[in-house]
Amino acid sequence: MPSALINVPAKAKRGSVIEIKTLMSHIMETGYRHTASGDAVPRDIITSFTCRFNGTEIFRADLYPAIAANPFITFFTTVNESGKFEFEWIGDKGFSETAQASITVE
Amino acid sequence: MANSNHTTRRTVLGLAGGAAVLVIVRPADATPAMLQAAIRNVVGEANVRTGKVKLDIPPLVENGNTVPMTVSVTSPMTTDEYVKSIHVFNEKNPQPNIGNFYLGPRAGRAQISTRIRLADSQKVTAIARLSDDTFWSATADVVVTLAACTEEAI
Amino acid sequence: MRIAACIALLTAMAGAALATEIPRSERRSGYGFMSADTKAMQDEDTANPGMLFVLDGEALWTRKAGTADKACADCHNDARVSMKGVAAHYPAFEKALGRPVDLEGRINLCRTNHQHASPFAYESRELLALTAYVAQQSRGMPIAAGDDPELAPFVEKGHALFTQRQGQLNLGCANCHDDNWDKKLAGSAITQGQPTGYPLYRLEWQSLGSLQRRLRACITGIRAQAYDYGSPELVALELYLMSRARGMPIETPAVRP
Repeated sequence: MPSALINVPAKAKRGSVIEIKTLMSHIMETGYRHTASGDAVPRDIITSFTCRFNGTEIFRADLYPAIAANPFITFFTTVNESGKFEFEWIGDKGFSETAQASITVE
Repeated sequence: MANSNHTTRRTVLGLAGGAAVLVIVRPADATPAMLQAAIRNVVGEANVRTGKVKLDIPPLVENGNTVPMTVSVTSPMTTDEYVKSIHVFNEKNPQPNIGNFYLGPRAGRAQISTRIRLADSQKVTAIARLSDDTFWSATADVVVTLAACTEEAI
Repeated sequence: MRIAACIALLTAMAGAALATEIPRSERRSGYGFMSADTKAMQDEDTANPGMLFVLDGEALWTRKAGTADKACADCHNDARVSMKGVAAHYPAFEKALGRPVDLEGRINLCRTNHQHASPFAYESRELLALTAYVAQQSRGMPIAAGDDPELAPFVEKGHALFTQRQGQLNLGCANCHDDNWDKKLAGSAITQGQPTGYPLYRLEWQSLGSLQRRLRACITGIRAQAYDYGSPELVALELYLMSRARGMPIETPAVRP
C-alpha cells in the first residue's frame, strides 16, 4: 500500500509558473548491500518518474540507487489551462504507482 | 519491507563496530574514470563549460542517507532558449549516476530538487543540457559526517 | 580511528559530575539541534517522509481486522476528534495489567481485546503507521504524561534506569542527555533526549521508528544488552522521558538526523 504525497496548488493564474512537489513511499534498496550470510540484497528502486498534464509529458526523471529512500522530487511548470496532472512511478520488481492532482486556472 | 532493510544494516554496522557507520556497503568506489565515462555517456564529445548552473547542497551534512539538493539553471525558458535536461553525478558512490531530469520550455523555471545518498565526503556535479546542445556544469564538495551513536542491532 | 575517538570522548564524559536534571527553562527538543535543511524536512508536510506513514495509518484506521471484523473507526469514529490529545498522555496506566503501556502497546491491546486480531510486530510498518497517525492528532499539544498517581513508582523506575550506569562503557543515559547535552560527540549534537516527536523519521534509518527502537540503539551504543521490545524497562524509560518532557509540544511525525 504505497502512499504518495503530492503538492500542487488548487488554483493558479493563467500563464503562471507553479512548483510541484512529490514524495513517494519506497525503500530504494541500492543493490550494494549484503545480508549476514553474505548474500547480496537485490536492487529494488524506482527507476523512472513521469509527470503528464492533460496527457502531455511535462517532466521526467531517471532515478538511480543514489536517490534517497522515499523519493522526493520537485519541479516547475507553466499552467495555461485547467486540467489534471498525472504522476507515474515505475521501478524494479514490477513497481508501478500513479497519482493525480487537479488544478483550476483562472 | 523495512525489516529486510534492518537485517542487512545489522551486518554493515557489525563490521563497522557500531560506533561508526558505513552508509552503503560497496564493492569499490566509483573511480574518476567511471565518473568520466558516465558524463561522456550524457554529453558525448561536447565540451562542458562551468557556469549557468547553480548546485545547492549543504557543504556539511548530518547524515549521508538523505541529503537535500537543488539544481537551478539560468535560462529564459522560452521556446527558443531553454534547458532540455539536468544530470547529476557523484564521485565516490558505487555508481556515478544520481539522476537525470528532463524538462522543456514549458517548465517556466529550470529548477529541480531531490534528496540523495552520499556514501562518503565527495564532489557532486550537475550538468545542464541547453536547447542549443551546449553543456554547462557546477560542482560542489560535500562533507558527510558520521553519526556517533548509530544502531547496531534492531 | 574514529571509533577510538568516540570511546575516548565517552570515557571522558563518564568521569564528569553526577547527573543534574535540566532546568525547565533550558529544555530543548531535538529539533533545535538540527540543521536548517533537516528542520525544513520536518516543517512541511509534503516534504516530510513521516507523513507517508501517517497516510498509511489513516487508511489502516478504517480497515476492518480480526475475527470481530471491526476497524478502529468502528469504535473510535473520526480519529481527528477522538484521538486529539491522546498521545500526549502516553505511556498510561493500564488497570487490567497493573502497569503502564505505551501507545504502541495500547494499539496492540485494542487489536487483541476488541478486534480479536493478532498484535502487530514491533517496528512493523502497520504499527508505526497507526501509532504515527494517532500521535499526529496531538501535534502541537503539550506532553502531559505521568501525572496519574498510579504511575509514580514506574516513573521512579524509569528515572533510576535513566541514571543507572551500565554496559562496557559504564554510562547511564543521564551522563550524556542531562549532563552534556550542550556538547558534541564526534560530529553529532548530543541532544537532551526529549521524546517529543515519536514515532519519527530518522535519516539514518531512512524510515519511521519508535522511541523503543531509539532507546535500544542508545543502549547498544553504550555496549550494554538492550532490553527487549515491549519490556517493562523500556516502557518505564519511555514513561520517565515523557514525564520529563511534560509541557513540551508533540511534533509527530518529527524528522531527525
